[in-house]
Amino acid sequence: MPATNSNPAAVLIPEVSVPPISLRRRVTDHVMTAVSVLTVALVLLPLFAIFAYLVYKGIGSINLAFLTQTPKPVGEPGGGMANAIVGSMVILGIASLLGVPLGIGAGIFLSEYGRNRYGDIVRFVSDVLNGVPSIVIGIVAYGLVVMRQKHFSALAGGVALAIMMIPTIARTTEQMLLLVPQAIREAAYGLGVSRWRTTLSITLRTATSGVITGVMLAFARVAGETAPLLFTAFGNQFWNWKTDQPTAALSLQIFSYAISPFDEWHRQAWAGALVLIILIVGAVAAVRIAVRHGTLAGA
Amino acid sequence: MGVGITVEHLNAFYAKTQALFDVNIIVAANHATALIGPSGCGKSTFIRCLNRMHETIPEARVEGSVRIGDLSVYNGTSATQLRRRVGMVFQKPNPFPTMSIYDNVAAGLKLNGFRNRKQLDEVVHKSLQASALWDEVKDHLHKKSGASLSGGQQQRLCIARALAVQPEVLLMDEPCSALDPISTGKIEELIFQLKEQYTIVIVTHNMQQAARVAEFTGFFLLGKMIEFDKTEKIFTNPSDKRTEDYVTGRFG
Repeated sequence: MPATNSNPAAVLIPEVSVPPISLRRRVTDHVMTAVSVLTVALVLLPLFAIFAYLVYKGIGSINLAFLTQTPKPVGEPGGGMANAIVGSMVILGIASLLGVPLGIGAGIFLSEYGRNRYGDIVRFVSDVLNGVPSIVIGIVAYGLVVMRQKHFSALAGGVALAIMMIPTIARTTEQMLLLVPQAIREAAYGLGVSRWRTTLSITLRTATSGVITGVMLAFARVAGETAPLLFTAFGNQFWNWKTDQPTAALSLQIFSYAISPFDEWHRQAWAGALVLIILIVGAVAAVRIAVRHGTLAGA
Repeated sequence: MGVGITVEHLNAFYAKTQALFDVNIIVAANHATALIGPSGCGKSTFIRCLNRMHETIPEARVEGSVRIGDLSVYNGTSATQLRRRVGMVFQKPNPFPTMSIYDNVAAGLKLNGFRNRKQLDEVVHKSLQASALWDEVKDHLHKKSGASLSGGQQQRLCIARALAVQPEVLLMDEPCSALDPISTGKIEELIFQLKEQYTIVIVTHNMQQAARVAEFTGFFLLGKMIEFDKTEKIFTNPSDKRTEDYVTGRFG
Protein backbone atom coordinates (compact mmCIF):
# COMPACT_ATOMS: atom_id res chain seq x y z
CA MET A 1 0.00 0.00 0.00
CA PRO A 2 1.38 3.46 -0.79
CA ALA A 3 1.55 4.67 2.80
CA THR A 4 3.26 7.96 1.97
CA ASN A 5 0.16 9.76 0.73
CA SER A 6 -2.41 8.22 3.08
CA ASN A 7 -0.48 8.96 6.27
CA PRO A 8 -2.57 11.65 8.00
CA ALA A 9 0.33 12.74 10.20
CA ALA A 10 2.31 13.70 7.13
CA VAL A 11 -0.44 16.09 6.18
CA LEU A 12 -0.64 17.82 9.55
CA ILE A 13 2.98 17.96 10.62
CA PRO A 14 5.24 20.15 8.47
CA GLU A 15 8.45 18.49 7.41
CA VAL A 16 11.49 19.80 9.26
CA SER A 17 15.12 19.01 8.61
CA VAL A 18 16.92 18.12 11.83
CA PRO A 19 20.58 19.08 11.49
CA PRO A 20 23.17 16.30 12.03
CA ILE A 21 24.83 16.25 15.45
CA SER A 22 27.57 18.82 15.18
CA LEU A 23 31.06 18.66 16.60
CA ARG A 24 30.15 21.46 19.01
CA ARG A 25 27.30 19.40 20.49
CA ARG A 26 29.49 16.34 20.87
CA VAL A 27 32.18 18.39 22.63
CA THR A 28 29.57 20.00 24.91
CA ASP A 29 28.27 16.53 25.76
CA HIS A 30 31.70 15.35 26.89
CA VAL A 31 32.47 18.55 28.76
CA MET A 32 29.21 18.41 30.70
CA THR A 33 29.79 14.77 31.60
CA ALA A 34 33.26 15.66 32.86
CA VAL A 35 31.90 18.60 34.87
CA SER A 36 29.30 16.44 36.62
CA VAL A 37 31.88 13.76 37.44
CA LEU A 38 34.12 16.49 38.83
CA THR A 39 31.39 17.93 41.06
CA VAL A 40 30.66 14.46 42.44
CA ALA A 41 34.36 14.10 43.22
CA LEU A 42 34.39 17.53 44.90
CA VAL A 43 31.46 16.53 47.08
CA LEU A 44 32.92 13.17 48.04
CA LEU A 45 36.49 14.38 48.55
CA PRO A 46 36.00 16.17 51.90
CA LEU A 47 34.03 13.17 53.17
CA PHE A 48 36.82 10.73 52.38
CA ALA A 49 39.47 13.20 53.50
CA ILE A 50 37.82 13.59 56.90
CA PHE A 51 37.37 9.87 57.33
CA ALA A 52 40.93 9.10 56.23
CA TYR A 53 42.37 11.75 58.56
CA LEU A 54 40.27 10.43 61.45
CA VAL A 55 41.53 6.91 60.85
CA TYR A 56 45.12 8.20 60.58
CA LYS A 57 44.89 10.19 63.82
CA GLY A 58 42.60 7.95 65.82
CA ILE A 59 43.33 4.33 64.99
CA GLY A 60 46.55 4.26 67.04
CA SER A 61 44.69 5.11 70.26
CA ILE A 62 41.89 2.58 69.84
CA ASN A 63 42.66 -0.49 71.88
CA LEU A 64 40.85 -2.75 74.30
CA ALA A 65 41.34 -0.34 77.21
CA PHE A 66 39.87 2.52 75.19
CA LEU A 67 36.74 0.49 74.50
CA THR A 68 36.34 -1.02 77.99
CA GLN A 69 37.65 1.51 80.54
CA THR A 70 36.47 4.82 81.93
CA PRO A 71 38.65 7.96 81.70
CA LYS A 72 41.75 8.14 83.90
CA PRO A 73 42.66 11.32 85.81
CA VAL A 74 45.03 13.78 84.17
CA GLY A 75 48.60 12.48 84.09
CA GLU A 76 47.73 8.83 84.36
CA PRO A 77 48.19 7.09 81.02
CA GLY A 78 45.58 4.74 79.53
CA GLY A 79 41.89 4.75 80.29
CA GLY A 80 39.14 4.94 77.70
CA MET A 81 35.71 6.10 76.71
CA ALA A 82 33.65 2.98 77.38
CA ASN A 83 31.20 4.90 79.54
CA ALA A 84 30.82 7.56 76.86
CA ILE A 85 30.22 4.96 74.12
CA VAL A 86 27.49 3.33 76.20
CA GLY A 87 26.16 6.74 77.28
CA SER A 88 25.87 7.88 73.65
CA MET A 89 23.97 4.71 72.81
CA VAL A 90 21.60 5.23 75.76
CA ILE A 91 20.97 8.89 74.91
CA LEU A 92 20.46 8.12 71.21
CA GLY A 93 18.18 5.23 72.16
CA ILE A 94 16.01 7.52 74.27
CA ALA A 95 16.05 10.16 71.51
CA SER A 96 14.95 7.59 68.91
CA LEU A 97 12.24 6.13 71.15
CA LEU A 98 10.75 9.58 71.61
CA GLY A 99 11.57 11.23 68.29
CA VAL A 100 10.88 8.50 65.73
CA PRO A 101 7.23 7.75 66.65
CA LEU A 102 6.43 11.44 67.10
CA GLY A 103 8.16 12.39 63.86
CA ILE A 104 6.50 9.64 61.84
CA GLY A 105 3.16 10.46 63.46
CA ALA A 106 3.53 14.11 62.49
CA GLY A 107 4.52 13.06 58.96
CA ILE A 108 1.39 10.90 58.69
CA PHE A 109 -0.74 13.81 59.85
CA LEU A 110 0.84 16.17 57.31
CA SER A 111 0.45 13.82 54.36
CA GLU A 112 -2.87 12.08 55.09
CA TYR A 113 -4.83 14.62 57.13
CA GLY A 114 -2.90 17.87 56.78
CA ARG A 115 -3.85 19.13 53.32
CA ASN A 116 -5.37 22.21 54.97
CA ARG A 117 -4.53 25.22 57.14
CA TYR A 118 -3.65 23.14 60.21
CA GLY A 119 -1.22 21.19 58.09
CA ASP A 120 0.32 24.40 56.75
CA ILE A 121 0.82 25.66 60.30
CA VAL A 122 2.50 22.41 61.37
CA ARG A 123 4.70 22.44 58.25
CA PHE A 124 5.79 26.02 58.94
CA VAL A 125 6.51 25.39 62.61
CA SER A 126 8.38 22.22 61.74
CA ASP A 127 10.59 24.01 59.22
CA VAL A 128 11.32 26.75 61.74
CA LEU A 129 12.17 24.15 64.38
CA ASN A 130 14.59 22.60 61.92
CA GLY A 131 16.45 25.89 61.77
CA VAL A 132 16.64 26.55 65.51
CA PRO A 133 20.26 26.43 66.73
CA SER A 134 20.95 23.19 68.56
CA ILE A 135 22.14 25.00 71.69
CA VAL A 136 18.71 26.63 71.96
CA ILE A 137 17.12 23.16 71.79
CA GLY A 138 19.47 22.24 74.64
CA ILE A 139 18.13 25.15 76.71
CA VAL A 140 14.56 24.00 76.01
CA ALA A 141 15.38 20.48 77.24
CA TYR A 142 17.14 22.06 80.24
CA GLY A 143 13.95 23.91 81.08
CA LEU A 144 11.67 20.97 80.40
CA VAL A 145 13.58 18.19 82.13
CA VAL A 146 16.68 19.36 84.06
CA MET A 147 14.92 22.16 85.98
CA ARG A 148 12.20 19.75 87.07
CA GLN A 149 14.47 16.85 87.97
CA LYS A 150 16.97 19.25 89.59
CA HIS A 151 19.90 17.45 87.96
CA PHE A 152 21.36 16.60 84.58
CA SER A 153 20.38 13.29 83.02
CA ALA A 154 20.49 11.00 79.97
CA LEU A 155 16.75 11.56 79.69
CA ALA A 156 17.24 15.32 79.29
CA GLY A 157 19.87 14.69 76.59
CA GLY A 158 17.54 12.27 74.84
CA VAL A 159 14.69 14.80 74.92
CA ALA A 160 16.93 17.48 73.41
CA LEU A 161 18.04 15.21 70.57
CA ALA A 162 14.48 13.92 70.04
CA ILE A 163 13.24 17.50 69.52
CA MET A 164 15.93 17.90 66.86
CA MET A 165 14.95 14.65 65.13
CA ILE A 166 11.22 15.35 64.89
CA PRO A 167 11.10 17.99 62.12
CA THR A 168 13.46 16.08 59.82
CA ILE A 169 11.57 12.82 60.27
CA ALA A 170 8.17 14.52 59.95
CA ARG A 171 8.98 16.27 56.68
CA THR A 172 10.69 13.29 55.03
CA THR A 173 7.88 10.96 56.15
CA GLU A 174 5.36 13.38 54.67
CA GLN A 175 7.23 13.51 51.34
CA MET A 176 7.58 9.73 51.19
CA LEU A 177 3.89 9.11 51.96
CA LEU A 178 2.87 11.62 49.29
CA LEU A 179 4.85 9.56 46.77
CA VAL A 180 2.60 6.54 47.40
CA PRO A 181 0.06 6.55 44.54
CA GLN A 182 -3.55 7.33 45.46
CA ALA A 183 -4.49 4.12 43.61
CA ILE A 184 -2.81 2.04 46.33
CA ARG A 185 -4.90 3.73 49.04
CA GLU A 186 -8.05 3.26 46.94
CA ALA A 187 -7.27 -0.43 46.52
CA ALA A 188 -7.32 -0.80 50.31
CA TYR A 189 -10.47 1.31 50.75
CA GLY A 190 -12.11 -0.84 48.07
CA LEU A 191 -11.52 -3.91 50.23
CA GLY A 192 -13.39 -2.34 53.14
CA VAL A 193 -10.21 -1.44 55.03
CA SER A 194 -10.65 1.58 57.27
CA ARG A 195 -8.68 4.76 56.77
CA TRP A 196 -6.36 4.46 59.77
CA ARG A 197 -5.61 0.81 58.93
CA THR A 198 -4.89 1.74 55.33
CA THR A 199 -2.54 4.49 56.46
CA LEU A 200 -0.60 2.23 58.83
CA SER A 201 -0.61 -1.09 56.98
CA ILE A 202 -0.65 0.01 53.35
CA THR A 203 0.55 3.58 52.83
CA LEU A 204 3.23 3.66 55.53
CA ARG A 205 4.35 0.15 54.65
CA THR A 206 4.67 1.00 50.98
CA ALA A 207 6.80 4.03 51.89
CA THR A 208 8.90 2.16 54.48
CA SER A 209 12.29 2.41 52.81
CA GLY A 210 11.94 6.15 52.25
CA VAL A 211 10.71 6.76 55.78
CA ILE A 212 13.66 4.80 57.16
CA THR A 213 16.04 6.93 55.10
CA GLY A 214 14.57 9.99 56.81
CA VAL A 215 14.88 8.40 60.24
CA MET A 216 18.51 7.45 59.59
CA LEU A 217 19.28 10.95 58.36
CA ALA A 218 17.86 12.46 61.52
CA PHE A 219 19.64 9.87 63.66
CA ALA A 220 23.02 10.46 62.04
CA ARG A 221 22.58 14.19 62.33
CA VAL A 222 21.88 14.23 66.07
CA ALA A 223 24.35 11.45 66.90
CA GLY A 224 27.25 13.88 66.64
CA GLU A 225 25.52 16.82 68.36
CA THR A 226 27.42 18.28 71.29
CA ALA A 227 25.82 21.62 72.11
CA PRO A 228 22.38 20.33 73.13
CA LEU A 229 24.03 17.83 75.50
CA LEU A 230 26.23 20.36 77.34
CA PHE A 231 23.63 21.22 79.95
CA THR A 232 21.29 18.27 79.59
CA ALA A 233 23.30 15.02 79.67
CA PHE A 234 26.24 17.04 81.02
CA GLY A 235 28.81 14.23 80.80
CA ASN A 236 30.25 11.93 83.41
CA GLN A 237 33.73 10.55 84.15
CA PHE A 238 32.33 7.33 85.57
CA TRP A 239 29.94 4.54 84.69
CA ASN A 240 26.31 5.41 85.01
CA TRP A 241 23.42 3.14 84.16
CA LYS A 242 20.60 5.33 85.41
CA THR A 243 18.73 7.45 82.88
CA ASP A 244 18.05 10.15 85.50
CA GLN A 245 21.72 10.80 86.28
CA PRO A 246 24.39 12.83 84.44
CA THR A 247 25.63 10.66 81.58
CA ALA A 248 28.73 10.65 79.43
CA ALA A 249 28.44 10.98 75.67
CA LEU A 250 31.10 10.56 73.02
CA SER A 251 30.55 14.01 71.56
CA LEU A 252 30.88 15.65 74.99
CA GLN A 253 33.97 13.62 75.80
CA ILE A 254 35.55 14.53 72.46
CA PHE A 255 34.78 18.20 73.12
CA SER A 256 36.27 18.31 76.61
CA TYR A 257 39.34 16.29 75.60
CA ALA A 258 39.92 18.32 72.44
CA ILE A 259 40.00 21.66 74.31
CA SER A 260 42.28 20.23 77.01
CA PRO A 261 46.03 20.99 76.96
CA PHE A 262 47.13 17.33 77.16
CA ASP A 263 48.51 15.38 74.20
CA GLU A 264 47.20 12.08 75.56
CA TRP A 265 43.67 13.49 75.72
CA HIS A 266 44.00 14.91 72.20
CA ARG A 267 44.84 11.44 70.93
CA GLN A 268 41.86 9.99 72.77
CA ALA A 269 39.60 12.70 71.30
CA TRP A 270 40.65 11.61 67.78
CA ALA A 271 39.95 7.99 68.69
CA GLY A 272 36.57 8.97 70.13
CA ALA A 273 35.63 10.79 66.92
CA LEU A 274 36.57 7.73 64.88
CA VAL A 275 34.52 5.44 67.13
CA LEU A 276 31.54 7.81 66.88
CA ILE A 277 31.63 7.79 63.07
CA ILE A 278 31.98 4.01 63.01
CA LEU A 279 28.99 3.66 65.36
CA ILE A 280 26.83 5.90 63.15
CA VAL A 281 27.84 4.13 59.94
CA GLY A 282 27.31 0.78 61.65
CA ALA A 283 23.83 1.70 62.90
CA VAL A 284 22.72 3.03 59.49
CA ALA A 285 24.14 -0.03 57.69
CA ALA A 286 22.50 -2.44 60.14
CA VAL A 287 19.09 -0.86 59.65
CA ARG A 288 19.51 -0.88 55.86
CA ILE A 289 20.46 -4.55 55.82
CA ALA A 290 17.59 -5.46 58.14
CA VAL A 291 15.13 -3.66 55.85
CA ARG A 292 16.53 -5.21 52.69
CA HIS A 293 16.31 -8.63 54.28
CA GLY A 294 12.54 -8.21 54.65
CA THR A 295 12.02 -7.10 51.05
CA LEU A 296 10.49 -9.36 48.40
CA ALA A 297 11.74 -10.12 44.94
CA GLY A 298 10.46 -7.51 42.51
CA ALA A 299 9.21 -5.16 45.21
CA MET B 1 -24.73 -14.94 45.88
CA GLY B 2 -25.10 -11.63 44.12
CA VAL B 3 -27.72 -9.05 44.97
CA GLY B 4 -29.49 -6.44 42.90
CA ILE B 5 -28.78 -2.71 42.93
CA THR B 6 -31.39 0.03 42.85
CA VAL B 7 -30.30 3.59 42.15
CA GLU B 8 -32.80 6.46 42.42
CA HIS B 9 -32.28 10.13 41.60
CA LEU B 10 -28.53 9.99 41.94
CA ASN B 11 -26.67 13.29 41.60
CA ALA B 12 -22.92 13.49 42.10
CA PHE B 13 -20.68 16.54 42.42
CA TYR B 14 -16.99 17.43 42.41
CA ALA B 15 -16.91 20.61 44.50
CA LYS B 16 -19.28 22.84 42.47
CA THR B 17 -19.25 20.82 39.25
CA GLN B 18 -22.11 18.40 38.83
CA ALA B 19 -20.94 15.13 37.25
CA LEU B 20 -24.11 13.03 37.39
CA PHE B 21 -27.68 14.21 36.80
CA ASP B 22 -30.61 12.25 38.20
CA VAL B 23 -29.46 8.73 37.35
CA ASN B 24 -32.00 5.94 37.86
CA ILE B 25 -31.15 2.31 37.25
CA ILE B 26 -31.99 -1.18 38.47
CA VAL B 27 -29.15 -3.68 38.15
CA ALA B 28 -30.20 -7.34 38.09
CA ALA B 29 -28.58 -9.75 40.53
CA ASN B 30 -26.17 -12.35 39.12
CA HIS B 31 -25.87 -10.66 35.77
CA ALA B 32 -23.23 -8.50 34.17
CA THR B 33 -24.23 -4.93 33.42
CA ALA B 34 -22.02 -2.82 31.18
CA LEU B 35 -21.80 0.96 31.21
CA ILE B 36 -20.65 2.63 28.01
CA GLY B 37 -20.23 6.21 26.86
CA PRO B 38 -17.56 8.68 25.76
CA SER B 39 -14.74 9.77 28.07
CA GLY B 40 -15.80 12.10 30.86
CA CYS B 41 -19.48 11.13 30.66
CA GLY B 42 -19.71 10.01 34.29
CA LYS B 43 -19.45 6.21 34.01
CA SER B 44 -16.58 5.97 36.49
CA THR B 45 -18.13 8.55 38.81
CA PHE B 46 -21.33 6.50 38.78
CA ILE B 47 -19.62 3.23 39.60
CA ARG B 48 -17.65 4.94 42.38
CA CYS B 49 -20.91 6.12 43.92
CA LEU B 50 -21.99 2.52 44.34
CA ASN B 51 -19.29 1.73 46.90
CA ARG B 52 -18.85 5.27 48.24
CA MET B 53 -15.40 5.68 46.69
CA HIS B 54 -16.59 8.95 45.20
CA GLU B 55 -16.58 10.66 48.58
CA THR B 56 -12.91 9.84 49.24
CA ILE B 57 -12.10 12.70 46.87
CA PRO B 58 -11.94 16.06 48.70
CA GLU B 59 -15.10 18.15 48.30
CA ALA B 60 -16.94 15.44 46.35
CA ARG B 61 -20.51 14.67 47.38
CA VAL B 62 -23.54 12.61 46.41
CA GLU B 63 -27.32 13.08 46.55
CA GLY B 64 -30.00 10.49 46.02
CA SER B 65 -30.49 6.88 47.04
CA VAL B 66 -28.58 3.70 46.28
CA ARG B 67 -29.68 0.32 47.61
CA ILE B 68 -27.55 -2.79 47.29
CA GLY B 69 -29.61 -5.82 48.26
CA ASP B 70 -31.16 -4.80 51.58
CA LEU B 71 -28.42 -2.27 52.29
CA SER B 72 -29.14 1.43 52.01
CA VAL B 73 -25.77 2.79 50.85
CA TYR B 74 -26.19 6.44 51.81
CA ASN B 75 -28.32 5.95 54.87
CA GLY B 76 -26.69 4.62 58.01
CA THR B 77 -24.27 2.13 56.47
CA SER B 78 -20.59 2.64 57.15
CA ALA B 79 -18.41 2.90 54.06
CA THR B 80 -16.07 0.16 55.26
CA GLN B 81 -18.94 -2.28 55.94
CA LEU B 82 -20.39 -1.53 52.52
CA ARG B 83 -17.10 -2.02 50.67
CA ARG B 84 -16.68 -5.48 52.14
CA ARG B 85 -19.86 -6.42 50.26
CA VAL B 86 -19.15 -4.42 47.13
CA GLY B 87 -15.74 -5.27 45.69
CA MET B 88 -13.93 -3.11 43.14
CA VAL B 89 -11.40 -3.67 40.37
CA PHE B 90 -9.71 -0.53 39.09
CA GLN B 91 -8.66 0.68 35.68
CA LYS B 92 -4.96 0.29 36.32
CA PRO B 93 -3.82 -2.81 38.19
CA ASN B 94 -2.90 -1.65 41.70
CA PRO B 95 -1.43 -4.54 43.70
CA PHE B 96 0.18 -3.61 47.02
CA PRO B 97 3.81 -3.33 45.92
CA THR B 98 5.46 -4.37 49.19
CA MET B 99 3.30 -7.45 49.69
CA SER B 100 3.78 -10.98 48.40
CA ILE B 101 1.23 -12.47 46.02
CA TYR B 102 -0.29 -14.35 48.94
CA ASP B 103 -0.50 -11.28 51.16
CA ASN B 104 -2.05 -9.26 48.36
CA VAL B 105 -4.92 -11.71 48.09
CA ALA B 106 -5.23 -12.13 51.86
CA ALA B 107 -4.96 -8.37 52.53
CA GLY B 108 -8.69 -7.63 52.69
CA LEU B 109 -9.27 -10.32 55.31
CA LYS B 110 -6.04 -9.83 57.26
CA LEU B 111 -6.41 -6.06 57.55
CA ASN B 112 -9.93 -6.55 58.82
CA GLY B 113 -8.66 -8.72 61.64
CA PHE B 114 -9.10 -12.22 60.18
CA ARG B 115 -6.21 -14.38 61.37
CA ASN B 116 -7.11 -18.06 60.89
CA ARG B 117 -4.12 -19.30 58.89
CA LYS B 118 -5.75 -22.45 57.53
CA GLN B 119 -8.85 -20.67 56.31
CA LEU B 120 -6.74 -17.88 54.83
CA ASP B 121 -4.76 -20.46 52.82
CA GLU B 122 -8.02 -21.88 51.55
CA VAL B 123 -9.46 -18.47 50.61
CA VAL B 124 -6.26 -17.43 48.81
CA HIS B 125 -6.21 -20.68 46.88
CA LYS B 126 -9.87 -20.44 45.86
CA SER B 127 -9.66 -16.75 44.95
CA LEU B 128 -6.60 -17.23 42.76
CA GLN B 129 -8.28 -20.20 41.09
CA ALA B 130 -11.41 -18.14 40.48
CA SER B 131 -9.34 -15.39 38.86
CA ALA B 132 -7.48 -17.97 36.72
CA LEU B 133 -4.10 -17.04 38.15
CA TRP B 134 -3.40 -19.96 40.48
CA ASP B 135 -1.44 -22.12 38.05
CA GLU B 136 0.86 -19.25 37.11
CA VAL B 137 1.76 -18.17 40.65
CA LYS B 138 1.28 -21.20 42.91
CA ASP B 139 5.04 -21.87 43.15
CA HIS B 140 6.03 -18.44 44.45
CA LEU B 141 3.07 -17.22 46.46
CA HIS B 142 5.24 -16.02 49.32
CA LYS B 143 8.50 -15.28 47.55
CA LYS B 144 7.42 -12.85 44.86
CA SER B 145 5.91 -9.41 45.21
CA GLY B 146 2.58 -8.64 43.58
CA ALA B 147 4.33 -5.92 41.60
CA SER B 148 6.65 -8.43 39.93
CA LEU B 149 3.82 -9.93 37.85
CA SER B 150 2.94 -8.83 34.30
CA GLY B 151 0.15 -6.29 33.79
CA GLY B 152 -2.46 -8.91 32.92
CA GLN B 153 -1.44 -11.08 35.85
CA GLN B 154 -1.55 -8.06 38.17
CA GLN B 155 -5.09 -7.32 37.12
CA ARG B 156 -6.14 -10.91 37.77
CA LEU B 157 -4.36 -10.65 41.13
CA CYS B 158 -6.47 -7.58 41.88
CA ILE B 159 -9.59 -9.51 40.93
CA ALA B 160 -8.55 -12.35 43.26
CA ARG B 161 -7.92 -9.80 45.99
CA ALA B 162 -11.43 -8.39 45.53
CA LEU B 163 -13.01 -11.86 45.49
CA ALA B 164 -11.21 -12.95 48.67
CA VAL B 165 -13.37 -10.62 50.75
CA GLN B 166 -16.37 -12.54 49.37
CA PRO B 167 -18.40 -9.60 48.09
CA GLU B 168 -21.88 -9.83 46.59
CA VAL B 169 -21.26 -7.20 43.94
CA LEU B 170 -18.14 -6.69 41.85
CA LEU B 171 -17.55 -3.26 40.30
CA MET B 172 -15.06 -3.17 37.45
CA ASP B 173 -13.84 0.21 36.21
CA GLU B 174 -12.41 -0.40 32.74
CA PRO B 175 -10.54 -3.46 33.99
CA CYS B 176 -9.00 -4.27 30.60
CA SER B 177 -8.00 -0.84 29.36
CA ALA B 178 -4.34 -1.36 30.27
CA LEU B 179 -4.16 -4.95 29.01
CA ASP B 180 -3.27 -6.71 25.77
CA PRO B 181 -5.91 -8.73 23.85
CA ILE B 182 -4.85 -12.08 25.37
CA SER B 183 -5.13 -10.84 28.95
CA THR B 184 -8.36 -9.08 28.03
CA GLY B 185 -9.74 -12.37 26.70
CA LYS B 186 -8.85 -14.11 29.95
CA ILE B 187 -10.57 -11.47 32.04
CA GLU B 188 -13.68 -11.53 29.88
CA GLU B 189 -13.85 -15.29 30.27
CA LEU B 190 -13.53 -14.73 33.97
CA ILE B 191 -16.42 -12.27 34.04
CA PHE B 192 -18.52 -14.93 32.37
CA GLN B 193 -17.82 -17.40 35.14
CA LEU B 194 -18.00 -14.87 37.95
CA LYS B 195 -21.50 -13.67 37.18
CA GLU B 196 -22.90 -16.99 38.32
CA GLN B 197 -21.98 -15.94 41.83
CA TYR B 198 -21.67 -12.18 41.74
CA THR B 199 -23.52 -9.20 40.39
CA ILE B 200 -21.09 -7.46 38.05
CA VAL B 201 -21.10 -3.84 36.93
CA ILE B 202 -18.42 -3.13 34.35
CA VAL B 203 -17.42 0.20 32.85
CA THR B 204 -15.87 -0.18 29.42
CA HIS B 205 -14.77 1.88 26.45
CA ASN B 206 -14.85 -1.17 24.28
CA MET B 207 -18.33 -1.72 22.86
CA GLN B 208 -17.51 -5.20 21.62
CA GLN B 209 -16.55 -6.04 25.16
CA ALA B 210 -19.88 -4.79 26.49
CA ALA B 211 -21.66 -6.86 23.85
CA ARG B 212 -19.62 -9.96 24.71
CA VAL B 213 -19.90 -10.02 28.49
CA ALA B 214 -23.00 -8.12 29.56
CA GLU B 215 -26.70 -8.94 29.49
CA PHE B 216 -27.63 -5.32 30.18
CA THR B 217 -26.03 -2.12 28.98
CA GLY B 218 -26.41 1.48 30.04
CA PHE B 219 -25.36 4.41 27.86
CA PHE B 220 -24.09 7.57 29.56
CA LEU B 221 -23.68 10.97 27.98
CA LEU B 222 -22.67 14.21 29.72
CA GLY B 223 -23.53 12.86 33.18
CA LYS B 224 -26.95 11.55 32.21
CA MET B 225 -28.08 7.98 31.73
CA ILE B 226 -29.51 8.17 28.23
CA GLU B 227 -30.68 4.62 27.81
CA PHE B 228 -30.62 1.40 29.79
CA ASP B 229 -31.79 -1.85 28.31
CA LYS B 230 -30.87 -5.37 27.27
CA THR B 231 -27.47 -5.32 25.61
CA GLU B 232 -28.87 -6.73 22.40
CA LYS B 233 -31.44 -3.96 22.15
CA ILE B 234 -28.88 -1.21 22.83
CA PHE B 235 -26.63 -2.43 20.05
CA THR B 236 -29.19 -3.46 17.45
CA ASN B 237 -32.27 -1.33 17.99
CA PRO B 238 -31.71 1.51 20.50
CA SER B 239 -34.66 3.76 21.30
CA ASP B 240 -32.64 6.96 21.56
CA LYS B 241 -31.01 8.64 18.58
CA ARG B 242 -27.92 9.56 20.65
CA THR B 243 -27.37 5.93 21.65
CA GLU B 244 -27.59 4.89 18.05
CA ASP B 245 -25.10 7.54 16.98
CA TYR B 246 -22.67 6.39 19.65
CA VAL B 247 -22.86 2.64 19.10
CA THR B 248 -22.64 3.04 15.35
CA GLY B 249 -19.52 5.18 15.80
CA ARG B 250 -20.95 8.42 14.50
CA PHE B 251 -19.44 10.31 17.45
CA GLY B 252 -17.48 9.73 20.64
